[in-house]
Amino acid sequence: MFQILNTFLIGITSGSIYALMAISMVLVWRSTRVVNFAQAGMALLSTYFGYEVVNRFDSYWLALPVAMISGAVVAAFIELVFMRVLLKHSNSGPIASIAPIIATLGLLGLIKAFIGFFWGNQDVNIESPLSTVGFSIGTQTLSLSPMKLLILIAVSMLLLVLTFVFQKTNIGLALRASAYAPEISRLAGIKVDLVRTFGWALAGAAGGAAGMLQTANGNGALSPDSLEFSLLLAFGFIAAVIGGLDSLLGAVFGALLLGLVLAFVLTYVGGSLVFITAFVLLLVVLIVRPAGLISQKAGRRA
Amino acid sequence: MSLRIENLSVHHGAIHAVNDISFTVPKGQLAALIGANGAGKTTLLRTLSGLTKSSHGTAHWNSLNLLQSKPENSVRNGVSHVSEGKSVIPELTVEENLEIGALWRRNRKEMIESKKSVIEIFPRLGERLSQRADTLSGGERQMLALSRSLMSKPELLLLDEPSLGLAPLVVEQIFQSIRELTTSMGITVLLVEQNAMGALKIADVGIVLNLGKVAVSGSASTLMADPQVRAAYLGY
Amino acid sequence: MHNLKASNISRFFGFILFGVILLIVGNSVDELRVYQGATVAMYVVAISSIILLTGYSGQVSLGHGALLAVGGYGAALLRNNFNAPVWLCFAGAVLLAALWGALLGATAARLSGPYLAGTTLALAVGLPSIANQFKFLGGEQGLIFDIGLPPASLGEMFSLYKWFFWIASLAALISMWWLQNLLRSRYGRVWRAIRTQSIAAELAGIHVARSKILAFTVSAGLAGLAGALLSMTISTVSPGAFPLTLSFALATGAVISGVTTLGGVIIGAVTLVAIPEIADSIAHRIGASENVTNNLPGLLVSGLLILTVLFVPNGPVEQMKHRKKVHI
Repeated sequence: MFQILNTFLIGITSGSIYALMAISMVLVWRSTRVVNFAQAGMALLSTYFGYEVVNRFDSYWLALPVAMISGAVVAAFIELVFMRVLLKHSNSGPIASIAPIIATLGLLGLIKAFIGFFWGNQDVNIESPLSTVGFSIGTQTLSLSPMKLLILIAVSMLLLVLTFVFQKTNIGLALRASAYAPEISRLAGIKVDLVRTFGWALAGAAGGAAGMLQTANGNGALSPDSLEFSLLLAFGFIAAVIGGLDSLLGAVFGALLLGLVLAFVLTYVGGSLVFITAFVLLLVVLIVRPAGLISQKAGRRA
Repeated sequence: MSLRIENLSVHHGAIHAVNDISFTVPKGQLAALIGANGAGKTTLLRTLSGLTKSSHGTAHWNSLNLLQSKPENSVRNGVSHVSEGKSVIPELTVEENLEIGALWRRNRKEMIESKKSVIEIFPRLGERLSQRADTLSGGERQMLALSRSLMSKPELLLLDEPSLGLAPLVVEQIFQSIRELTTSMGITVLLVEQNAMGALKIADVGIVLNLGKVAVSGSASTLMADPQVRAAYLGY
Repeated sequence: MHNLKASNISRFFGFILFGVILLIVGNSVDELRVYQGATVAMYVVAISSIILLTGYSGQVSLGHGALLAVGGYGAALLRNNFNAPVWLCFAGAVLLAALWGALLGATAARLSGPYLAGTTLALAVGLPSIANQFKFLGGEQGLIFDIGLPPASLGEMFSLYKWFFWIASLAALISMWWLQNLLRSRYGRVWRAIRTQSIAAELAGIHVARSKILAFTVSAGLAGLAGALLSMTISTVSPGAFPLTLSFALATGAVISGVTTLGGVIIGAVTLVAIPEIADSIAHRIGASENVTNNLPGLLVSGLLILTVLFVPNGPVEQMKHRKKVHI
């Protein structure tokens, strides 16, 4: 019974980090109709900025917002100087449908090389700001440490803020309108290009937060080739797709589901099957409910 | 104060969709632009609002150069385009669909006032504010599209086929509302229609487009009396 | 018809001639170049496998490294457990990977664009780590894949690297020859029809799904061959030999070659092999730090990829053809 609770806690924590990553993929997808495979790379870069702050000012609490802001700036910059040119250049021709995918891969490579230039390929460390030892109940230790608690609180707050922005503010309405119908939005007077950049910036901020939290949730090590970030990339994508790519709520739901399923497989079946499970889950969803578990529109042709 | 189009041409690849068109719509008038499928009506509207690039000619609304202005900026200068086929966003609520028309003004108070005044014109929308737009009937959607456009307080309205796919009774209502916009609010309207009869009935002036060129133009009543126009476009 | 046959024959002799040139070149350069030649040949096979998939049938794979791994492991298992002759190892690698490809293709046919890209990407992230978990695959260290010494009849001076080069070049020549013919056949036309006009193709009575699966199968078979060749040149198969970066490098090679035509495949293959060396010499010349030296190849490859997508999206070969047409 206690083990079930612990597994649940582990799953929810990692799932909530995947949720941030999935959200950042969904935000980009909604604003530009591009699945950004460089998203994890951008998150990694912002985490390195966070690492610099931790290094100099010894404050994780300062580093977290810095990582988010730098993530937003980097993403906005990429959208402005890169994606716009790309989408204008490659909107026709035989590889029009794959050009953005390939280009984001190139971007991922550039970002990794850039990180390597400045920080090297060896691990650097961000120490966890809070204890990672679980609370104990009687003689047993709960898989919920102050750090994990922080992660859960931070993610929930970010989700609340995002929901508020999306549902209650003008920029949120502009974001939604531009995502669903860019042309009608332009005719209604919305500067869709600007709104897109803002969508990317939000995505970058979410990615930055995901990177900082993921690093602190793991062993604190950070490197351009770290498996953690490959997993963040893969699981973020899988979670976003499970949720239906178009829906923020779906992304969160998909991520928590993924986190839980993986945690239970890890505890009760074995580590060797974790990845296969994620992959099978992805395939099953794609085949059985191609529009995602939560979706408004049918069809998965993009 | 008028909409002035001079020698306007638009190409779609090798196709000459709009071919050297010139006409003027004086302020406060309702102009009906009629013609068969593929006559270049929609292309002309899209060019005027900035969605499509022109290849030659000029188009001005007062002093605003329409061909150099992006759609989102034209709206700010009083030119609003309601595109073909009930241009509402189905995933948003009726209220949100209205609000996006006035977002650019960044003025909460004005937005609420505009909302109130369009609901006065189309009370049925007022009853459905919190419903998603895809729950509306075809006629209601067209009303919503018109209202969203009115939210930006336009001086010139470019309407693309508002009667498309609507029941005859509803068409009449929509046409009456459009006439009202000109008569009581002084909005200049360029109305593109396949329903030539209905459009000419409410219009002050008519322009007949054929294969990208202006075939005939004149006051609506003259056109309706013109035997050639009657035979080719009005069907009697 | 006669014309077609004539051009077929001349093309065949073209390939033979190319092979002879390779032989002569292979004899006159040093060991390192010969080894690099073998790697180029491996890349030619791997990249053409992606071009077939992406350029001809319109499907994207960011996870070809996983299929290469299947081929590599298949060949090594055959060699180690059954002592199979080398050619049989390669054939086995092709078949095993093709089988996987057929399974994957059956799923892939239902996906498109970013969904397929992401799914194959997820596979590439995951598959090598799966290899870690099974004993008979040798875990982290992987398996040895030793094709043995070159036959004595080639003389004592004949080095192992040259033997690799011969095998890899022969494999590349045969597969390119076969692929060219395949693409000129009915299948090739069907694939192109699907890529450009999927719906129209379906209306014209083409089984789109079936054709896509076939493309995936053939592509996977080629990838398996490339995997076996790669394993041969490094004498082992291990999860570490098929990292995500390999999959990305192959996709890059395909884009640089021009995904819509096989003609440029050698460009991509040579680029992939040459870039580390170019990067090395640049880093050396400017006296760069270790960090820069380590990451310069990645920077160059990614930069080249982005520039290609932006400015010559259809690849250099198509671009040149296009230019010629415009001038004439």
